[in-house]
Amino acid sequence: MTRHRGAGFAAGLAFTALVAAFLIIPVILSMLAGLTANYQRGIIASGVTLLWVDRVLELYAHTIGLSVGIALAALVCTLVLGVPVAYALARHPGRFARLAEEALVMPVAIPGIATGLALILAWGAVGEFRTHWSFILVGHVLFTLPFMVRSTLAVMLAVNLPTLEEAARSLGAGFLARFRTVVLPNAAPGILAGSLMVVTLSLGEFNMTLMLHTPFTMTLPVGLADSYASMRLEIGSAYTLVFLVLLIPLLVALQWASDRAFGLAVRR
Amino acid sequence: MGRDRLALAVLVAPAIAFLAAFFLFPLVLMLRTGATGPEGWATYAIILTNDRYLASLWKTVALAASVTAATLVVSGIAGVFLARTRFRGRRLLTAFLTLPLAFPGVVIGFMVILLAGRQGVIGELSAALTGERLVFAYSLAGLFVGYLYFSIPRTVLTVMAAAETLDPALEEAARSLGASPWAVVRDVIIPGLKGAFLAAGAICFATAMGAFGTAFTLATRIDVLPMVIYAEFTVGANIAVAAALSFLLGAITWAVLAAARTAAGGTVAAAG
Amino acid sequence: MSVEVALCACAFTHADGTRALLPTDLAIRPGETLAVLGPSGCGKTTLLRLIAGLAFPDPPGRVLFESRDVTRLPIERRNVGMVFQSYALFPNLDVAGNVGYGLWLRNVPKAERDARVARWLAMMRIPELAHRRVDQLSGGQRQRVALARALAVEPAVLLLDEPLTALDAKLREELRVELAGLLRDLGITSVFVTHDQAEAMALGDRVAVMRAGKVEQLGAPEDIYRRPATRFVAEFVGMLNVLAGEVRDGTLHLPGGSLPANGLAPGPALAGARPEELRLDPEGTLTGRVQAAFFLGDRVRVVVTGAAANPITVETTGAAPRPGEVVRLSAAPPAPWPLPDA
Repeated sequence: MTRHRGAGFAAGLAFTALVAAFLIIPVILSMLAGLTANYQRGIIASGVTLLWVDRVLELYAHTIGLSVGIALAALVCTLVLGVPVAYALARHPGRFARLAEEALVMPVAIPGIATGLALILAWGAVGEFRTHWSFILVGHVLFTLPFMVRSTLAVMLAVNLPTLEEAARSLGAGFLARFRTVVLPNAAPGILAGSLMVVTLSLGEFNMTLMLHTPFTMTLPVGLADSYASMRLEIGSAYTLVFLVLLIPLLVALQWASDRAFGLAVRR
Repeated sequence: MGRDRLALAVLVAPAIAFLAAFFLFPLVLMLRTGATGPEGWATYAIILTNDRYLASLWKTVALAASVTAATLVVSGIAGVFLARTRFRGRRLLTAFLTLPLAFPGVVIGFMVILLAGRQGVIGELSAALTGERLVFAYSLAGLFVGYLYFSIPRTVLTVMAAAETLDPALEEAARSLGASPWAVVRDVIIPGLKGAFLAAGAICFATAMGAFGTAFTLATRIDVLPMVIYAEFTVGANIAVAAALSFLLGAITWAVLAAARTAAGGTVAAAG
Repeated sequence: MSVEVALCACAFTHADGTRALLPTDLAIRPGETLAVLGPSGCGKTTLLRLIAGLAFPDPPGRVLFESRDVTRLPIERRNVGMVFQSYALFPNLDVAGNVGYGLWLRNVPKAERDARVARWLAMMRIPELAHRRVDQLSGGQRQRVALARALAVEPAVLLLDEPLTALDAKLREELRVELAGLLRDLGITSVFVTHDQAEAMALGDRVAVMRAGKVEQLGAPEDIYRRPATRFVAEFVGMLNVLAGEVRDGTLHLPGGSLPANGLAPGPALAGARPEELRLDPEGTLTGRVQAAFFLGDRVRVVVTGAAANPITVETTGAAPRPGEVVRLSAAPPAPWPLPDA
């Protein structure tokens, strides 16, 4: 690694570092702002405080609980709906599979605000559904399902699941035994990456949720928008800090899990 | 064969049923709702000729297109650089570049305010340097910065993945034939990454068309299409127009992604 | 306790209407190793999948194991052992887990299962690998694990789909010898598909040569090589010299001289000879000019022009002639033998 590097390397490194700075500095800024006693006077002059974080937890704790709950529920739903679909698509590639995949990916191709509006028009007047948190859950499942399917499918195809299953069948394994001992264990890296993606996306979903939420069902990102609009800057920052503390570990885990799942695809 | 088909249907049925009930049916209903205004089906023609909606549509398309172009240039350079070099700190740099992958638009809007808002860092810096306070968060420029922010991580990932599969021998062959570094980029790297650029560009464009959180946080005065829809729905209670505009917006983003998918041959979808 | 396998009028048509296998009757004797040889797309893999139960023949085709009709039984209920081209080892299980998987499915108690796994690993000479992850194995080790896994369930029939193709040349040769010995010792009925004629010759008690969905010839390796039933078999199996000439007075007349006719019918004749059936012979009656000579280590391959209409290949263990040199050739009976027209 002591090879001579030219000016091109230095320029590339400088440019990439600049882009990284553009992405990271605002994250640091917003986290620091949430700990600053008085933003206008600066963190050094006014000092560090957890006061704003306390206020946020007091004002918005319910949004955090609701968002985490919806994210976990969305995870369960996408596992139940998505893993079988990925399996079916891996086993039977063809015209029908392409069509099913196309249909499944559509909710992601269409802006959340449009999907949200459509959901309200179709189901908004049905009983108590509109004011129940499951109304938001439905939207989140629509939006996150393709990510679960695609992540799982990619790994299933990478490990050449159809041949592994033929091998299991030749040894006498019926469908259930096969699914439990061959399909699930070998698709696990993809399911894990997909799960982390689902939880992360659900926690941060705003475009659709703003349409779907009611005063009784305010999620974390909707609460964030509310605080940005109506609270002082330090509270918005502290709230952002709380959100990022929740989100960033998930993103780091997601990066790790995707590398693992993708590395698998490369290695085989 | 018949049993296989049946098993396939059983596995896919719950997801398809869910999709039909909560996506396809609502979409069809929305298409119809767009025609329930005083003008009926003509609403669709009217929104395409109305100056205000049309201006908003063009503004949105122009913004999405310029964000896409800028993202591809920035992420292309950074992604290829990260994929083709090895140095200490590379992993950390990669992690920084891809960390904001799933940040919601609202948070990004807030970050733009911290950067370029009335109390923003850029304002402070410019005030100290030139005496003039630079504030652009609450305009299209702020929106551009925000969209760039959330488009870069995803695009960098796509470009890196594609660049890693590029055969280094192609580049070496070109250089052995006397190609200059620029010629290598033009004739080997860019053609090799065409598919990735197409896919990532389409996602970037579609996402920027429909993104809402950032605009919502920055200002209600930026009249990109999703903001107009929201205003028509909440303030104007003009549900027919909101539905028609939503349908139009959905059709555009879906068409862009479908076209890119046909051209690239892979799976392409938007997020955010 | 070996099993006879029979295919009766088995054909296979894909969902899109293409015919992968024409109606085929085939009987595989108990304990025999049948090598199915052919170019890619000839239907050999389809044939294997029909026997395995991974595909089902078009009606009225039937598959019999002994007298038991297994036509409609899926693979998991046929009790076959299968070795896949990619080996298809389960990455989530270690070596012992892979080999014991079939026994676990059959509810064999753990102690007995472990003992049987250990026995198979010992037989494959890989006992030290029992707790290795499969992605840490070399190609040859994977092959052995795949074989042990297929055999551990004591299958009625062992099916091998290009089992040696994924290995490099030297290892392939080594494992070929080992596999031949193992199959003979076990006496299990086995069918094994390959596109490599040397492999088919070395491993098969009999060889079925396939082309375009049809078995062109079924016979002992020597029959296939010495007495090919069709022109395709003659050319696909081994190297072939085509000798086109005319038979008069018990002699085959060729452009560069003549060879004894060996009972070829009088008139225009198409005859064949393998490279080792021809030799450089100062007394020979066929003359040609050396175009090229390749040193192969234990022998020299010489290409001769002018002797017949097309260049002739001869193998010799003597000194290599120089290109341009004029040489004389003679044939060792039964060459030249009649070559089928089609």
